[in-house]
Amino acid sequence: MTNQTDPTGDVRLTGISKTYGAFTAVHPLDLTVPQGSFFALLGASGCGKTTTLRMIAGLEEPSSGTVFLGDQDVTALPPYKRPVNTVFQSYALFPHLDIFENVAFGLRRRGWKSVKKQVEEMLDLVQLGEQARKKPHQLSGGQQQRVAVARALINHPKVLLLDEPLGALDLKLRRQMQLELKRIQTEVGITFIHVTHDQEEAMTMADTVAVMNAGRVEQLGTPADLYENPRTTFVANFLGTSNFIEAEVDSKSGDDIVLKAGGGKLLLPEARCGAPTTTGGKVLVGVRPEKISLTHADDAGEIPEGRNRITGRIADSSFIGVSTQYVVDSPVCADFEVYAQNLDRDPRLVPGAEVVLHWNPAHTFGLDATQDADAGVEEAA
Amino acid sequence: MPFVNWLKRNLVVIAGLLTLAYLLLPNIIVTVFSFNKPKGRFNYEWQQFSLDAWKDPCGVSDLCGSLSVSLQIAFWATLGATLLGTLIAFALVRYRFRARGAVNSLIFLPMAMPEVVMAASLLTLFLNMGAQLGFWTILIAHIMFCLSFVVTAVKARVMSMDPKLEEAARDLYAGPFQTFVRVTLPIAAPGIAAGALLAFALSFDDFIITNFNAGSTLTFPMFVWGSAQRGTPVQINVIGTAMFVVAVLFVLASMAVGHRRNRQKA
Repeated sequence: MTNQTDPTGDVRLTGISKTYGAFTAVHPLDLTVPQGSFFALLGASGCGKTTTLRMIAGLEEPSSGTVFLGDQDVTALPPYKRPVNTVFQSYALFPHLDIFENVAFGLRRRGWKSVKKQVEEMLDLVQLGEQARKKPHQLSGGQQQRVAVARALINHPKVLLLDEPLGALDLKLRRQMQLELKRIQTEVGITFIHVTHDQEEAMTMADTVAVMNAGRVEQLGTPADLYENPRTTFVANFLGTSNFIEAEVDSKSGDDIVLKAGGGKLLLPEARCGAPTTTGGKVLVGVRPEKISLTHADDAGEIPEGRNRITGRIADSSFIGVSTQYVVDSPVCADFEVYAQNLDRDPRLVPGAEVVLHWNPAHTFGLDATQDADAGVEEAA
Repeated sequence: MPFVNWLKRNLVVIAGLLTLAYLLLPNIIVTVFSFNKPKGRFNYEWQQFSLDAWKDPCGVSDLCGSLSVSLQIAFWATLGATLLGTLIAFALVRYRFRARGAVNSLIFLPMAMPEVVMAASLLTLFLNMGAQLGFWTILIAHIMFCLSFVVTAVKARVMSMDPKLEEAARDLYAGPFQTFVRVTLPIAAPGIAAGALLAFALSFDDFIITNFNAGSTLTFPMFVWGSAQRGTPVQINVIGTAMFVVAVLFVLASMAVGHRRNRQKA
């Protein structure tokens, strides 16, 4: 286990980019993945996340920039000389070898003579000890996936790269494998870099998520941070759903910015605004659908002071068990989405009812109004 | 109408058996007549059972010599065609190069072209080049027409191969050579083996092209053809039967291997 002698194993990409002819798959990009973290590259297909992963693996040569593993510059090293292993989307298990030999492949190529103990331990870790002598095609999708993980992990790489490893599994199995992978990562403590287009998967598993769009990292942070404080409309729409109101900066009051939107006033904590806040400037005010409460217009007087409020009319409502999802037409935003928990359902809240939407100003975020409010909506679907 | 009902139920089986009989009857005749003791020079009428020919398969002059020539040519032609054909197949599937499309179609030409035409044009070529007809010209001709079959068989296999497998091998510390030997070759092997078997069979029994380009060299098919003019020694049936049995054993062995694999799977 030669790799364990070097404890500094941060992955550092500096100015790394990839172009294919006139097409730029990855724009020059700086990224540091701390050792031992579970890191996710999240984005729609074609955003450059897999290309970035393949450049770390050495399967793709960067057009510019450097890849560092710890202190070592590995940019010029071929994949078979890098202490990095990959779990491929299609698993890429060797069909002519049995499970044991698949898992032993990496050790044998590095000249290990006795691999039995390691392979058996690794197969136990992924709970496939019984299947050692079967061929890959005899296993289920979930089992093949675990073999692919075992085959990579047995080499104790500095970094394990996972390229959409759960993409081919059905929903239930995917959930199970998400937990399983998280467990394995905690157990072995190796850095995992996980590429996925599934925002829920990224948020469930990763400590840090980098949201990529059109060859660039849009935002990097913890899942909660990305969700609560998106800095671009793309991130706001790609991770969950967001409502946007175009507003104008009016004044400041303490730590809050006062905004004008369609005659009413909205408060936005200054710290949560990513746009310039000069008076008269435009800001996109965002709020998540589940942060909003819905009150019938007749009871508007009962709404506590200090909450942001907007009036509207329910256009549509759908009951989905744990919550009811409303679409509200309001003068400031056409299709305002509101998710209300089914605690005390007001029977008057039916399509056509006049309502007041209100929420805690602390849940408001402000974005630069020059961007497309619908960026990332299609990709997330 | 019990008979009609019986016929309805077993029609597929009956049709299958009849087809099989149609395919195997010639082989059975060859085998039976290898135990014949003909009166004249022609082995066309059953006379009496005898093991004479089986005891002395080389008893006819030139027979075993021509058989040995045929086996040698088939061996080298198979080797040459398989090697070249495998390389061509990989190049055609894996790489984009100029005239790739043209090569792709031209490689099929020998399969589609009438053999006499190829035989005659090859002869013209050899004569114009002043080549000495014989073992080498036969070998060159055989490699040429076997090539297309090998390329076709291997190409199908390589095309269905996931290129990610080789990436996975490289990712798992296998250098280019190790990747080829440990992953690429074993996965392509069934296609290569199929191509090689086809090449062997085609080369061994080729008559037309060989006859044109053989000079004074005698191959087994040429010997059979030649002796059929003057009389057919029983030994020809012996060799034919032996070849048939070897082929059948080959098929049975490969079926047994496949069967055992399936059993493991269950």
